[in-house]
Amino acid sequence: MQTYEGGRYDVIVVGAGHAGSEAALASARLGQRTLVLAISLDLVAFMFCNPSIGGPAKGHVVREIDALGGEMGRHIDETYVQMRMLNTGKGPAVRALRAQADKHLYSLRMKAKLEAAPNLTLRQAMVTDLLVEDGRVSGVVTRTGAVYRAKAVVLTTGTYLGGRILIGELAYDSGPNHTQPATELAERLRALGFRMMRFQTSTPPRIDGETIDYDRLEEQPGDPEPEFFSYETTAPRPEPQLSCWLTYTRPETHAVIAANLVRSPLASGAIQSVGPRYCPSIEDKIVRFHDKPRHQIFLEPEGRGTREVYVQGMSTSLPEDVQIQVLRSMPGLERAEMMRPGYAIEYDALDPTELWPSLMTKRIEGLFTAGQLNGTSGYEEAAGQGLLAGINAARYVEGKPPVVLGRDQAYIGVMIDDLVTKGVDEPYRLLTSRAEYRLLLRHDNADLRLTPLGYEIGLISEARYRRFLDKVRQIEAERERLLTVRLRPDAETNARLAEAGLPPLENALTLSDLLRRPDVTYDALARLFPPPEPLPKAVREQVEIQIKYEGYIAKLLKDVEKQHKLEHKRLSPSLDYGAVYGLSTEGREKLMKVRPLTIGQAARIPGVTPADIAALIVHLEGRRTIEVGRHG
Amino acid sequence: MFIEETIAAVVTPLGEGGVAIIRVSGSEAIRVAEPLFRGRRPLSGLKSHTLAYGHVVDPESGAVIDEALVAVMRAPRSFTREDVVEIHVHGGVLVAKTVLSLVLRQGARLAEPGEFTLRAFLNGRIDLAQAEATIDVIRAKSEAALKAGARALQGAFGAQVRALKAGLLRLTAEIEVHIDYPEHDAPEATYVRIVEGLTDARASLESLMRAAAQGSVLRDGVETAIVGLPNAGKSSLLNAMLRSERAIVTDVPGTTRDLIEAPFVLGGIPLLLVDTAGIRETADVVEAIGVQRTREILERAALVLVVLDGSRPLTAEDASLLHAVRGRTAVVVVNKADLEVTVREDDVRSLAPSLPIVFVSAKTRSGFEALEAAVLSVLGFDAAARPETLVTANARHLELIRRAHAALDEALAAAREALPYDVILIDLRRALGALGEILGEDVRDDVIKEIFANFCLGK
Repeated sequence: MQTYEGGRYDVIVVGAGHAGSEAALASARLGQRTLVLAISLDLVAFMFCNPSIGGPAKGHVVREIDALGGEMGRHIDETYVQMRMLNTGKGPAVRALRAQADKHLYSLRMKAKLEAAPNLTLRQAMVTDLLVEDGRVSGVVTRTGAVYRAKAVVLTTGTYLGGRILIGELAYDSGPNHTQPATELAERLRALGFRMMRFQTSTPPRIDGETIDYDRLEEQPGDPEPEFFSYETTAPRPEPQLSCWLTYTRPETHAVIAANLVRSPLASGAIQSVGPRYCPSIEDKIVRFHDKPRHQIFLEPEGRGTREVYVQGMSTSLPEDVQIQVLRSMPGLERAEMMRPGYAIEYDALDPTELWPSLMTKRIEGLFTAGQLNGTSGYEEAAGQGLLAGINAARYVEGKPPVVLGRDQAYIGVMIDDLVTKGVDEPYRLLTSRAEYRLLLRHDNADLRLTPLGYEIGLISEARYRRFLDKVRQIEAERERLLTVRLRPDAETNARLAEAGLPPLENALTLSDLLRRPDVTYDALARLFPPPEPLPKAVREQVEIQIKYEGYIAKLLKDVEKQHKLEHKRLSPSLDYGAVYGLSTEGREKLMKVRPLTIGQAARIPGVTPADIAALIVHLEGRRTIEVGRHG
Repeated sequence: MFIEETIAAVVTPLGEGGVAIIRVSGSEAIRVAEPLFRGRRPLSGLKSHTLAYGHVVDPESGAVIDEALVAVMRAPRSFTREDVVEIHVHGGVLVAKTVLSLVLRQGARLAEPGEFTLRAFLNGRIDLAQAEATIDVIRAKSEAALKAGARALQGAFGAQVRALKAGLLRLTAEIEVHIDYPEHDAPEATYVRIVEGLTDARASLESLMRAAAQGSVLRDGVETAIVGLPNAGKSSLLNAMLRSERAIVTDVPGTTRDLIEAPFVLGGIPLLLVDTAGIRETADVVEAIGVQRTREILERAALVLVVLDGSRPLTAEDASLLHAVRGRTAVVVVNKADLEVTVREDDVRSLAPSLPIVFVSAKTRSGFEALEAAVLSVLGFDAAARPETLVTANARHLELIRRAHAALDEALAAAREALPYDVILIDLRRALGALGEILGEDVRDDVIKEIFANFCLGK
């Protein structure tokens, strides 16, 4: 293949899915000349699996992306067909927003945003080679012979990398949804010495919504007064929301599947790659949970401009004819027309311990990776990494230090730390239970946690930052008021309390003391003792949570403070672990592989013991002492 | 480890020497030790580097544990360059452990192996070569501790901790699954169910704590005094008991109980002779009650065996001896039952109404089963808690159990108030974390495993 010089850029993003789009927009918005290369320009930010964004932990990530100046939050706010707040009764930390998306609109509009972004060039091309000079990435080569040069490259290859689709007995090389797989690039990464893993995932069939018997299904409408992902969105979409629908598998369904297990590569063992536990195929569910009499199946519209409906809960690699039988065995789907079959897909992923916490590879400088390539699953997980990879690629080009989020700061920080410190042995999904400081990483306070950082990075505009500061001031002022206004247990106060159905006071109390009572809400309190001016809902909610859960928040902050002491003890990326006295064999091996950047990170590596950490600290302090001795 | 908490440990080898030292180091050292000390002035008022005489008391009950010498060494002029309090008590294992557990209850954390030395190094007190030598010590000690811990975990203790952890894990997963999968169709964990689960878990923890306290008796031994008039047969009784069972190996890291400390085991319980250096003295000398030394011995003993010569009528000295042990954990052993017994049970009972009385013959070794039963009974081991069913936990385990218990208390309080799930889970997971630490397991991953193992989830 004859090559030609395609052009020079600061940053090249390979892939334009959920990770690639965020990475490209961040890099371009930070002023870097950015090239995006995608295998198909018709599938920018395409939802190859469920038409939905958010939910516990994932929705938190979307808000974090928004607070840092990324796109996903406002984008889904522009393209949702349904919005629901989940876990409303389970506590402030775990409330989470989830949207059903118009997947085609989502994709089209994201493409339009990439096209319109200054500094950003969008091209359709399959990258087949990486150019590496002196251990640094210097560009990419496409299948059609273009050579693009850049100082940094972000790989977001999704399930295209070494992709192979399986439907029953049928198997063929393919990217997601029967697209071109990236085969040469997979080989190139292996040749560069990267440790690769073979992962697998699957998607359910889509059916024609006109052939569903909705009368027999349970309806799940959206919230009448929806909230939004972006802190900047103020009004709902004008169109009415679409509903999802719930049906169940029946004994007949299970019988059909059981009779055809041998024809499923997922269940028969024909697929050796590792699939996610949290997203089992329907055949896997029947085998592993054979006692369960029925499984939930959610029917989700894929958008306003299509009749296709996503059959959530029925991911499968069963043959096409069996899929049809399975579908028609369920209430409401007796006459369902399957428009596309579900399929399983195997793909190549990188062992994420190959990465620094900046998401740059340790092996090749200037090469960043994000999304499924790093062993994760999920649009939100991909977008969160994409945003950070884009930011850090841009900062790398500018010679600035990378942005690394702490575990106490963001779910994105928890995720990246888990990936690069512990590695993965199955596709990684964020769960709120992975966060040790869950009550700090709330959905409602992502802006308070991250907007100042987004502003400092350069992705939050002046105007937005000023609005943010106003909100902070309102929160502070109202908190101050509640903490200082004291109520006396006099007749007048008690009469007012009685009117609101609250027990009388026995001692003098501040308004905040009153708010801490389980039966007192902020709104009830504010009706009795209103603030000088009415406050927006987000401010009221924030004040209420901060005061009500103060004790627990303070307890966690104390843990965070302890942890920070360990995170502030930095380790050199080039530390010679062979020269550290007293490490165990396993500890030394693990440390050499991960090369942690802080003592805190080192302590989280599985197989590194407290005695190893003691040895590391002694080594560090010893060197410092010697250096201080030399210089002073 | 390695964060600036106040730490404490017994720094003298357990069970050896006449004095045990409990060292507390860290910014809170004085605050932590203060409530335990009754002296002429409070610890905070002591000059640095002076020894003060006083008593160690249990701050909750006010009970005197032991007399003590306490030294306060203020930062930076101490071994660790932090505030250090050292409490010197008599060398018995039980006293030292009791004082340590009181210190921990006041908020100190049990020091990791080598942690004092490590702090000394980090604060610039010792040089690198010394510190590297410390690393070897740390590693050796942690391996020894690990082995000792592993032995403990193989037994009943490990089984109970694992069962308890499994139960809490199930409960946690039941709550968590609905948080991470709000639409999952398994029945939701209700507050009633959570309160019930937490209450059960707390009750099991409490029984574990009780068993572990009795278990520590098994491991550390019961300080025992054998008293009686000359020729009552104390030595022959002791010798008979010594022959009856082999010396035991204990769980205290690095220590094998030798003949000095726990040679004799009765009914599965190691008995430690009080004032071991003076066995012969203890056994032979007590000629007159009221002798200061005897009184001290009696005071320190957790168990007293009063030996009477059954072949002779009770003397006035016997009577005053019996009088002195009234209300104590004691057994009256009427020896020489092979001869014609002239001591009448009723006479003994009138002098020491509540004590069990057994008739033995050291010579023919008769009556030893009754003696064993009596000892077990006065020590509080009933049929349901035979020594072999008890758990042996080390100090680290006990601290973690206490931590788990405190966390469950808070989780329960939150659940009773119907606070949100995520708030209850903070303490529930702390409890789980403490139990996981006992077993050396990462609980965070366990919770996720448990969720996916028990619930059929998926999108």
